[in-house]
Amino acid sequence: MSFDRRSLLKSFAAAGAAVAATEGMSEARVRPELPADAMGLLYDTTLCIGCKTCVVACREANGKKPDTTYSPLWDAPSDLNGQTKNVIKLYKSADGYERSYFKAQCMHCVDPACVNACMIGALGKREYGMVTYKPELCSGCRYCQMACPFNVPKFEWTSLAPLMVKCEMCAHRAKSAPVTGPDGFTRFAKGQGAACAEVCPRAAVISGRRTELLAEAKRRIAAHPDRYKGYHEGDSPRVFGEVDAGGTQVLYLSHVPLEKLGLPDLGTRAVPETQQTIQQGLYKGFIGPVALYGLLGLAVFRNRRAGGGDSNKTPGGEA
Amino acid sequence: MTSTDVELRTERKARVDRRDFIRVCTMALAAVGMPYAAAAKVARAIQAKKLKPSVIWLHFQECTGCTESLLRTSHPAVGELILDLISLDYHETLFAAAGHQAEAALRKAMKDNAGKYVVVIEGAIPVKENGIYCQIGGRTALDIVREVADKAGAIIAIGSCASWGGIPSADPNPTGATGAPEVLKGKTVVTIPGCPANPYNLLGTVLQFATFGTLPELDAKGRPKFAYGRTIHEHCPRRAHFDAGRFAEQYGDAGHRQGYCLYKLGCKGPETHANCSVLHFGEVDSAWPIGIGHPCYGCTEQTLAFRVPQFTTIDIERPTPPDTYPPIHAKEGRVSPIATGVAGLVGGALVGAGYMASRKLGEAPPEGKGPGKEA
Repeated sequence: MSFDRRSLLKSFAAAGAAVAATEGMSEARVRPELPADAMGLLYDTTLCIGCKTCVVACREANGKKPDTTYSPLWDAPSDLNGQTKNVIKLYKSADGYERSYFKAQCMHCVDPACVNACMIGALGKREYGMVTYKPELCSGCRYCQMACPFNVPKFEWTSLAPLMVKCEMCAHRAKSAPVTGPDGFTRFAKGQGAACAEVCPRAAVISGRRTELLAEAKRRIAAHPDRYKGYHEGDSPRVFGEVDAGGTQVLYLSHVPLEKLGLPDLGTRAVPETQQTIQQGLYKGFIGPVALYGLLGLAVFRNRRAGGGDSNKTPGGEA
Repeated sequence: MTSTDVELRTERKARVDRRDFIRVCTMALAAVGMPYAAAAKVARAIQAKKLKPSVIWLHFQECTGCTESLLRTSHPAVGELILDLISLDYHETLFAAAGHQAEAALRKAMKDNAGKYVVVIEGAIPVKENGIYCQIGGRTALDIVREVADKAGAIIAIGSCASWGGIPSADPNPTGATGAPEVLKGKTVVTIPGCPANPYNLLGTVLQFATFGTLPELDAKGRPKFAYGRTIHEHCPRRAHFDAGRFAEQYGDAGHRQGYCLYKLGCKGPETHANCSVLHFGEVDSAWPIGIGHPCYGCTEQTLAFRVPQFTTIDIERPTPPDTYPPIHAKEGRVSPIATGVAGLVGGALVGAGYMASRKLGEAPPEGKGPGKEA
């Protein structure tokens, strides 16, 4: 006697239904608040000239080698990757007239999906709300890579002892607390803050407290409402990251619709809330596991009875 | 020496006035990146304290190209240099004296300025067979350089030959030509490589030593960082063409005539540390290899010059971004339909084989035969 394929599928379906029934029963977890001292970046596409000084500065600040995969002559990463934490991309419309640069790096979410996905806390939302990485804890599971809705964490595929690579807002450079400057932005001393913002020749990317940056972004939109765009063409202008995916500490202003910059439309719900709802729901009241193992036990019991206790017979004959 | 100085001066300029003198010092120090105030200080020091450094210039295996290059400076002109700024006490090319008279001048300069004089070494030193391949006055270059350097206040190797061997050390190097730092191990040797070396790099180094008693900051190969701290590539006037991917493909083609980047013609600029791209030669704007349309030869680098063929392209020491951008959505590799089909066939074959194997296992008799035979 072997497993009856039909009964096996039936029992799985029953278990799945039991599990699914528990979804939504658990309460949503407490949404993490934005830390009061959260630091952030504000990138404005209307100011960026695509000089890539930030890309070079990022490499130097983080000790990353130039990416010469494309050609040995140039440092030309095709995207964020295992040696690139920050990259300038170019959006070009089909007719070529509408163009915009786009600075890709970690968004430093208020409620990061990668942190939620990380089993052992290698990634964490740490000082100043920066999402940082502790390589000594990392097991290399790459769940963070799957979890991130912005496709940011990257894996060192070419390394024998690979680690995850993502922008950590140069947290390793910070030696002393940030100070509010005469321009109203709170920043780290020169050489201690995010390298990209420090070197930008046009202040297309600036650093500061997230609250200050959000106010600045809104001020820019109010001053030049015709200059900026919303998520879709025709939407009223808005700051990307204010509420998207529960809010991010990296904010974007764009003169082309934000969707064209490859920023995903995530709504206001943080990704971990969905993740946690499912994961916690599975184990709510331990109903899910009990139901699953009960069904499995039932299947074993049935099969043993039908097989007459002939335990020597190989069950795999018709698999 | 002052009376003969006047006679030796050119008619064009009977004497150097104070204004000219400061101008000369400014130019020499500007070449090494020192501020204007420092130039005045140098001028004051040299004039007031009669602080003219005694310079002994030794020639070994070389072409005198570095001296020739020095003769073509006009800020200061070599006359001003050797008569007003430094006291050139021994130089085989520029010396009026000859034979024993010259050798006596060398010994006198060494005795009078022991521990203070600057020795400039031009040319490689042959070390094979105890250095018999280069002898002056019956003494080997090896002996001379060791003796003169022993009592020197500063040792400067000018040109690639003196710095690391240069042309004489090219394979198969029959004379064992060696650079001064190798021969004078344990001593600080300032190397000013180049073929020829830029005279302003020498001048700046000598004047800094004369005025402040210090040597410029040096890199691991003894090269002053003010001149050799960056690669040619970093300040190349054709850099924009490199970044944009516009290259001359061969001499005289459309790109070459447009002044495009010479990398593909074998330019060694990306690995060559020198200031040629900002400090041109012979007082003529753009008078340097890349300026006249020829790739950099890498003459300052022991690993490149006379070793890597001229048209061989080299690695970029520090790649920087090109004038292109990745798209918002990076391209990902596609799988062709044929590959999918082949993969499907292979997968199917494996599944089929597994199925057949498991069937055979299932049919195996319970007793008697071992499973190995059937499997």
